[in-house]
Amino acid sequence: MGHVHSAGHEPRPGTDATARSVPGQGKIVLERDEIGRALTRIAHEIIERTRGAEQVVLLGIPTRGVPLAGRLAAGIQQVEGHPIPHGSLDITMYRDDLRLRPARTLRRTRVPPDGIDGKIVVLVDDVLYSGRTVRAALDALNDLGRPRAVQLAVLVDRGHRELPIRPDYVGKNLPTSQQELVRVLLTEVDGEDAVLLGTAAGAETTGGRQR
Amino acid sequence: MNRHLISAADLSRDDALLVLDTADELARISDRPIKKLPTLRGRTVVNLFFEDSTRTRISFEAAAKRLSADVINFSAKGSSVAKGESLKDTALTLEAMGADAVVIRHNASGAPHRLAEWVHGSVINAGDGAHEHPTQALLDAFTIRRRFGRSSGSGTGNGGGTGSGSATGNGTGRGGRGAALDGLRVTIVGDILHSRVARSNVILLHTLGAEVLLIAPPTLLPVAVDTWPCSIDYDLDAALPKSDVVMMLRVQQERMNAAYFPSVREYSRRYGLDAARMAQLPERTIVMHPGPMNRGVEIAAGVADSPRSTVVEQVANGVSVRMAVLYLLLGGAEDDQ
Repeated sequence: MGHVHSAGHEPRPGTDATARSVPGQGKIVLERDEIGRALTRIAHEIIERTRGAEQVVLLGIPTRGVPLAGRLAAGIQQVEGHPIPHGSLDITMYRDDLRLRPARTLRRTRVPPDGIDGKIVVLVDDVLYSGRTVRAALDALNDLGRPRAVQLAVLVDRGHRELPIRPDYVGKNLPTSQQELVRVLLTEVDGEDAVLLGTAAGAETTGGRQR
Repeated sequence: MNRHLISAADLSRDDALLVLDTADELARISDRPIKKLPTLRGRTVVNLFFEDSTRTRISFEAAAKRLSADVINFSAKGSSVAKGESLKDTALTLEAMGADAVVIRHNASGAPHRLAEWVHGSVINAGDGAHEHPTQALLDAFTIRRRFGRSSGSGTGNGGGTGSGSATGNGTGRGGRGAALDGLRVTIVGDILHSRVARSNVILLHTLGAEVLLIAPPTLLPVAVDTWPCSIDYDLDAALPKSDVVMMLRVQQERMNAAYFPSVREYSRRYGLDAARMAQLPERTIVMHPGPMNRGVEIAAGVADSPRSTVVEQVANGVSVRMAVLYLLLGGAEDDQ
């Protein structure tokens, strides 16, 4: 609570003037420029709330949180003029649903050389859904050190939380039904930038990661 | 992956690469102040050792503990086995205790295979007779891959973590993943006959694309070795200059009731790796030994302690590889039977 985001609160993605769809993948709810603007705004909010982002470490949650963290770091550096340490935090071994699926491939955890002790860690992910990924990330952080504070930045908040977790920085609030599927595409991973909203027909592809 | 790991042949090329990639990530955890992961909390791993072992048992124990599993160590000495309990009865006892995985070392080839029919959990072969020792082969492959810069952990020089940079990584499928051992020439020297390490290594290294050459006195080659996916020769000196990896095997004196060679000195002169032979090796070549070493027999002390030797590395890598195996066999959902 406490944060009103200009980009949020559209009644329904379908009413977006820009709405167009990609066959088989769903409707585009955020275009490349909108993603860029949302990240710029989040970068500024981080600077504002952390008084210049001096102590900030950005940790992206693989896969797509990692390039997002990199972009936020670049955005903050552009304004503040000093480099922002950033890295990645794999949460696979800390998940609460490991025994529901075959063993998953591990991803890279890369913590900046100065570590996270006493720092303000901003976790970065593409979609916030049940909150279980973030819970796992908090556990993973616990084993890496003791930050002064932990904050959460997400590109899309699609609701349906199952744990008492809220984001500090949101690119877009996207009201969804649980049957829908939110896909974030990023140039670094997918070759283009877009946020798509589709039906769960192809649910096995991606975006279901948040479950 | 299979539910059990009994033979190196249980692993497809993709399975083997998955284990090695997973081990790469897990190896990074050993650099952290807190080396423990909660992943296998509430799972029970039984170390069932019917044969003496230091490094393998400790390695499995450390691996399971780092993943937060409960570990029960069971050695044949001082147990009911000494009173004549059969393997099957022991297995049923373990089953009743709810073991999720059984790590077994046994002096009879095939014991893990039999055990897998009796217990519900995963069975991991930690060495059975002269048959196989698949996790040793995996840690050897892991060590080779690291030394030759083919692992996912190597060559990522993007300092402060330009995280996205690795996403386009090296070739094989998903970005940032390690490569196989294609084209590397591995020479395995010594007592092939009694060596489960050799058999598992031949299978696994072949799966990963390496060319394996066995060098041994004819008396220390097993029957039907010509059906193995490797070549065979008797001349160590000819093989050395074209080897990327030289793996020396222990002369297993405890298994040699019959005389397989005239004298230890003669064996050492023809098949031991000493300083003079090491000088013939190309600069890139590494020297491996699964341990425990007979210094002065198959390997000279100076060679074992040289920077080319990976003996100590192999032990450290063993923990990471065994963590990967335990995680991949136990970490996910159980397969339906």
